Amino acid sequence: MRKNVGRKIGIFLLLKGLRMLTLLVAICFISFLLVKNSPIDPIQAYIGADMLKVGPEQREKIAEYWGVDQPVMVQFLNWGSALLAGDLGTSMIFRRPVADVIGERFINSLVLMLTAWVLSGVIGFVMGVVSAMKKDTWIDRIIKWYCYTLASTPTFWMGLLMLIVFAVWLGWFPIGLGVPVGVLAEDVTIANRIEHLILPAVTLSIIGVANVALHTRQKLVEVLASDYVLFARARGERGFTLFWRHGLRNVALPAITLQFAAFSELFGGAVLAEQVFSYPGLGQATVEAGLRGDVPLLLGLVIFSTFFVFAGNLIADLIYYVVDPRTRESRML
Amino acid sequence: MPILEVENLSISFNQYTSSFKQNNIQVISSLNVSLEEGEILAVVGASGSGKSLLAHAILGILPDNATISGTIYYNGEVLTASKQASLRGKEVAFIPQSTNYLDPLMRVGNQVRTSVKTGDATAAQRAVFKRLHLQPTVENMYPFQLSGGMARRTLLSTAIVSDAKVIIADEPTPGLDPVVMKEALNNFREFADNGCAVMLITHDIESALTIADKIAVFYAGTTVEVAPVEDFTGDGEALRHPYSKALWRALPQNDFIPIPGSQPHPSALPTGCLFAPRCKEAILECGKKQPEMRNLRNGMVRCIHAT
Repeated sequence: MRKNVGRKIGIFLLLKGLRMLTLLVAICFISFLLVKNSPIDPIQAYIGADMLKVGPEQREKIAEYWGVDQPVMVQFLNWGSALLAGDLGTSMIFRRPVADVIGERFINSLVLMLTAWVLSGVIGFVMGVVSAMKKDTWIDRIIKWYCYTLASTPTFWMGLLMLIVFAVWLGWFPIGLGVPVGVLAEDVTIANRIEHLILPAVTLSIIGVANVALHTRQKLVEVLASDYVLFARARGERGFTLFWRHGLRNVALPAITLQFAAFSELFGGAVLAEQVFSYPGLGQATVEAGLRGDVPLLLGLVIFSTFFVFAGNLIADLIYYVVDPRTRESRML
Repeated sequence: MPILEVENLSISFNQYTSSFKQNNIQVISSLNVSLEEGEILAVVGASGSGKSLLAHAILGILPDNATISGTIYYNGEVLTASKQASLRGKEVAFIPQSTNYLDPLMRVGNQVRTSVKTGDATAAQRAVFKRLHLQPTVENMYPFQLSGGMARRTLLSTAIVSDAKVIIADEPTPGLDPVVMKEALNNFREFADNGCAVMLITHDIESALTIADKIAVFYAGTTVEVAPVEDFTGDGEALRHPYSKALWRALPQNDFIPIPGSQPHPSALPTGCLFAPRCKEAILECGKKQPEMRNLRNGMVRCIHAT
């Protein structure tokens, strides 16, 4: 039977892989077209301020050298085949290969996003559970009020508030960036990095809490009103035992799934938070690439974030598939 | 002395009809019923007559917006909310209607084990599964994998392992094939013969008659008659209340004649006898005041005409 499960999961992953492939192709094509039709002139973006020194003939030469004068489809295929060979191109802002830039920035972002993800997941889940177990009491009201307020708070505004209070007024944390200013790269300590990480991570977590908490609350309220909880109560169960035996079991899976599926929001939040805190992560790189017309980097980031969000959703699906007995064992029968 | 006695029980619900208007709906009114050890009391009545609510009220698991008045006695003592909480699952066991009452994410063996209050839970669960002809593999299944009959027997086994003195079964038979149904009913008879008191809530009069000792007939949230099972015979001439008689005659194997009209909705109950609008014997006095429950010929009835 176990072998059978392994094979089923294999097929499941294969299908998901195919879906991701088609998604990536579509995303590549659409973003390529969008960039192509945007007012960004790749030659101007490349040359920058020296544009005045470049004559029309030189311009045409560059266009010809890059293949910008060819039809759109040919350009797309040129770019696509380079992409398939693993060449994402060279970032114009950083003057380095796009893959290197994304790799380095991703490490920075990963620490930030992971911290925020774990914090918001755990705190949000606990808040949701407390709120549902104490439904309609003052504590439930406070948690709900807090969540509704946060759910309608823009990340960048929250970030600014945090900066004003904790960095400017109280001076507890540095005002921005990922490492201290004026210190050699080799002298930067882990403590320095953590110090710079705290404010953006907390900002992201505070915002992320609302979603998980409200969802968990709603789900647990439903579970507590269900027939099987009524029956459990009829058999003498109550309070924490009741939650532990029936509540947690039925509410944990949706919460974990939701948290994985929220990768996209995490990424979106990181873009704004990193911008506010000038934190050198993927999000900030995305804003830079967009504002300064760095087409190769922008496209690379689009592909990468697609991959990232898809992975989150895939993990969510997989967890359901493997953990929930209703999907796991019905496939075994 | 009855082990469980319900006296003048009324249950009403507070409902918001619109955002600012609250409505009080009386679903059970001045209900009387009593349960003896070693006896099966079948509570019969149409859907919506408040049968399940009676079970929930005895167990103390009604929703928060319910208001209860009247008294329930357990072993001669008043059954308070805290008493109910301490008796639930220990002395009073509940057998619910369907698989929905089992935790969908918990193996059924484990769920039965949580009902065991003393001794080796696993051994007790395995013994009861064997007794109810459930395969040993069933304990590792999840509720969605059970057939209707298996689910019913699993629910039944939660009551058996609890060693309760009072068992309240809410519609335990619908959807079962005749063989399984007979088996389930025999289990209830066995409970009673071992000294338990069983309250069997059902709308299936026919099967209730085969095992019950007494029948309580429900109409629009109250008992109209409590009669020994022997009275359900012939044309129903031994029965006391016009509704019980009509119910009896409406059965396919009897005259199969329905009476016109339908049970009133809890929000629009008549002022006098609840059955008066549909009763052929109704006189002016019936519409004035709801008759009290009175003892009559080894049973009870709520009708001024009954003799």
